[in-house]
Amino acid sequence: MTRPRPRTNESESETRNPTGGGATAMRLIVPLQGVVQGRGGLILGTLIPCALFYFFQLYLKRHRSPKPGSNPTSPSQSSSNLSDLQRSSSRSNLSSRGSIGPVQVSSRASSIAKPNDSPYYIGLDRVSEDPYDRLDNPNGVIQLGLSENRLCFDLIEKWLSENTKDSVMGRDGVDLSISGIAPYQPSDGLMEFKVAMAGFMSQVMGRAVSFDPSQMVLTAGATPALEILCFCLADPGNAFLVPTPYYPGFDRDMRWRTGVELIPVHCRSTDNFIISITALDQAFNQTRKRGIKVRGILISNPSNPVGNLLPRETLYNLLDFAREKNIHIVSDEIFAGSMYGSEEFVSMAEILDMEDIDKNRIHIVYGLSKDLALPGFRVGVIYSFNESVLVAAKKLTRFSSISAPTQRLLISMVSDTRFIQEYIETNKKRIREMHDLFVEGLKQLGIKCAQSCAGLYCWADMSGLISSYSEKGELELWDKLLNIAKINVTPGSACHCIEPGWFRCCFTTLSQEDVVIVIERIRKVAETCKISS
Amino acid sequence: MAIEIEQPSVGLSKVAVSDTHGEDSPYFAGWKAYDENPYDELNNPSGVIQMGLAENQVSFDLLEAFLETHSEASSWGKGAPGFRENALFQDYHGLLSFRKAMASFMEQIRGGRAKFDPERVVLTAGATAANELLTFILADPGDALLVPTPYYPGFDRDLRWRTGVKIVPIHCDSSNNFQITPQALEAAYSEAEAMNIKVRGVLITNPSNPLGVTIQRSVLEEIFDFVTRKNIHLVSDEIYSGSVFSSSEFISIAEILEARQYKNSERVHIVYSLSKDLGLPGFRVGTIYSYNDKVVTTARRMSSFTLISSQTQYLLASMLSNKEFTENYIKTNRERLRKRYNMIIEGLRSAGIECLKGNAGLFCWMNLSPLLEKPTREGELTLWNSMLHEVKLNISPGSSCHCSEPGWFRVCFANMSEQTLEVALKRIHTFMEKRERVRNLISSQ
Repeated sequence: MTRPRPRTNESESETRNPTGGGATAMRLIVPLQGVVQGRGGLILGTLIPCALFYFFQLYLKRHRSPKPGSNPTSPSQSSSNLSDLQRSSSRSNLSSRGSIGPVQVSSRASSIAKPNDSPYYIGLDRVSEDPYDRLDNPNGVIQLGLSENRLCFDLIEKWLSENTKDSVMGRDGVDLSISGIAPYQPSDGLMEFKVAMAGFMSQVMGRAVSFDPSQMVLTAGATPALEILCFCLADPGNAFLVPTPYYPGFDRDMRWRTGVELIPVHCRSTDNFIISITALDQAFNQTRKRGIKVRGILISNPSNPVGNLLPRETLYNLLDFAREKNIHIVSDEIFAGSMYGSEEFVSMAEILDMEDIDKNRIHIVYGLSKDLALPGFRVGVIYSFNESVLVAAKKLTRFSSISAPTQRLLISMVSDTRFIQEYIETNKKRIREMHDLFVEGLKQLGIKCAQSCAGLYCWADMSGLISSYSEKGELELWDKLLNIAKINVTPGSACHCIEPGWFRCCFTTLSQEDVVIVIERIRKVAETCKISS
Repeated sequence: MAIEIEQPSVGLSKVAVSDTHGEDSPYFAGWKAYDENPYDELNNPSGVIQMGLAENQVSFDLLEAFLETHSEASSWGKGAPGFRENALFQDYHGLLSFRKAMASFMEQIRGGRAKFDPERVVLTAGATAANELLTFILADPGDALLVPTPYYPGFDRDLRWRTGVKIVPIHCDSSNNFQITPQALEAAYSEAEAMNIKVRGVLITNPSNPLGVTIQRSVLEEIFDFVTRKNIHLVSDEIYSGSVFSSSEFISIAEILEARQYKNSERVHIVYSLSKDLGLPGFRVGTIYSYNDKVVTTARRMSSFTLISSQTQYLLASMLSNKEFTENYIKTNRERLRKRYNMIIEGLRSAGIECLKGNAGLFCWMNLSPLLEKPTREGELTLWNSMLHEVKLNISPGSSCHCSEPGWFRVCFANMSEQTLEVALKRIHTFMEKRERVRNLISSQ
């Protein structure tokens, strides 16, 4: 997930260049047309409704909140940002001559330009403005909303200090044409890198399955990997079924430019949020009734935000379902190497190893942002069993290729199986320690977490602290946690969770001392919640 | 024995099955021929010489020298700070130091005649991504961009494939050296209107690919006035701005805007990249520089699909903020390209071939129309085939660039050594001599 971090002096307000949609102009013209055409009683039929209409518009304009400063980020002001956008665009429409309004952007862009209104993004913004630092800003907002792994950098730094010069620029000194990093490369990645990644993925998944580099397409992060697959598997207006709760970024990454819809398939805590085929079937039929074509299912396994694994049985059932309905399955396995429990991770690839038929509908997404903690380097993988998808995806990677010097550096690192083994084991140990510490801390406060064994976060049930068992109650608690306790956690509603009160808490960006402070801050808020309930 | 029931194959999207990627055109077919039989001075001296790839290899030594002496830019050994921050850095704003370096580099290329604000620099993984991103932002599916012909064949894919946007050509011809005229602009706009297509902007490449010529100031002014009148956008792809042979001959749209005190500038967006000027296409570094705040905000968010590796940003920030290096590089690169250009023009002239008078880029625009059997697209493709399979040179036919006049070809000269260029020129000489002899033989009968 790319982390948006707006600068404090960058004006995100829309007043300088509003969209200038034709909507407001139409509000002027339509009533006037009615008057000109003189339909019905001229005065009663047209002037009075027009007058009422104008006064209503005037009322709305007067009663919108005043324009916020250049930092429209705190949650209570988010709605004012949206109204601010509309107010300024109507103002410019009235004043311009010639073609209506200043030069417009596309409607696709207009929706993207709107200020972030999801708690997921708002929380991230708050942390950027006021980031916690043990020494410099001890009262700042502590980040638990970003699934980033900071626990094992020392290992990578050590490897780099012993290995870099050779790996980027070539053994025989710097020769860009020979080392091959300067000229155009295949847009879907160097074959050497694919081979290295295939080996890495296999190692990270416990060698239960091997990956074929020729079925791989590399791209600048899992974000474009997923988008490319959407472009290949679905037309605008088609849909993917997605079990909830799901990673908030999917709403943007999969829908923004593709025009594809996401249909939530609700999972319940009684099933530990594992998807049921009944629910899947229901969602499929309901979607079809609305006249929308379902093209596939998107699963994340290990799951984000819950952190559990899909059991083998479920994977088989999903495969059967997909076959029956003739749709695709995209399996986002980006946390496969961030396991800390004792359960065994089963990749979709492993299931297919045993089956010999109908692999054309299965596609796996992977990347180095979580397991190797290198999100800045932008490495994503599409692994598909469908030749046509690979051909199309490969062509689409020209819009998002991985930088060649980065590939060079990582080929060396990722092929160093001894180093990777040490990394995987140490990583597992450290995530588990942090997980246990954090979950125990929450337990002391009476907050239980869902059963999880993977990922960089835990899924905490804080429903006991919310005043009303609803999304509203959940968001009130979220607001308290963000603005009073000053911790950024992700509320379940941002992940489309159907049960209120769940929160995702990422703990791999913390140190052990930070965990103590976080628990203490939650305790204070928890006490006020208990008093008021 | 079980009956084999054929499963209906699981469907793919229209994007996946369409051929809008254009990779079946001659432009790409020539590459395939080259891949199968690539020229190599020692190992394959009779192979196909690649003259269809606009890549700049003439100044690698300068880059290599910098990297040798500034190894801290490319390594994180002991004592090199900031690795973990860099590895975690996935902020779509991009490294500030890199944005500053890019802005300053762009200023230097324009001889300081225009200023660039690092806060308006949006980073993308290559100009390919920048052009596509801008198209997503400026136009809806079914809308059109006006693009002067001849144009870079990749635009058909980059501007249209996933975006669903159309290209309506602005026809230019040799009668005025392929310059864009106000009449041609109006005609293209009317053509779109007649088809009920909404025009959202004009996209120019300056210096032009494939012409290898900078756009004159008066023409830029006319184009800017046109887009202002029609209230549409202007995208100026200035990816070859550092490859103009003489600094004073390049006028950027940024200069036009500055002279007009940025009035009406919110419709202008510049695309740049390090793939051509710095010869580093493998690094995947592109930028959108927009004078429109909303476009900057939106492009930045959308760039999450096409971020530049933070490691690469870090490396290049160090290189491009070194004024001594960049000044020397820009000057030397220009001189070397000019020398190459003169070499190829002379060589072609002595073989009896004329080119459009160029002053920029990594290629020349060659006129082979006198050689066509028929002055048609088919005639041109027949000639192109001979060039590819007999002369063993992969050059790009004008038809793949949507040129309205058959017989023009783009020939790249900067992606090879001087020796290879000599070999290519010799082959052309031989080919022309042979044709001359055949013609004399026929006419003497």
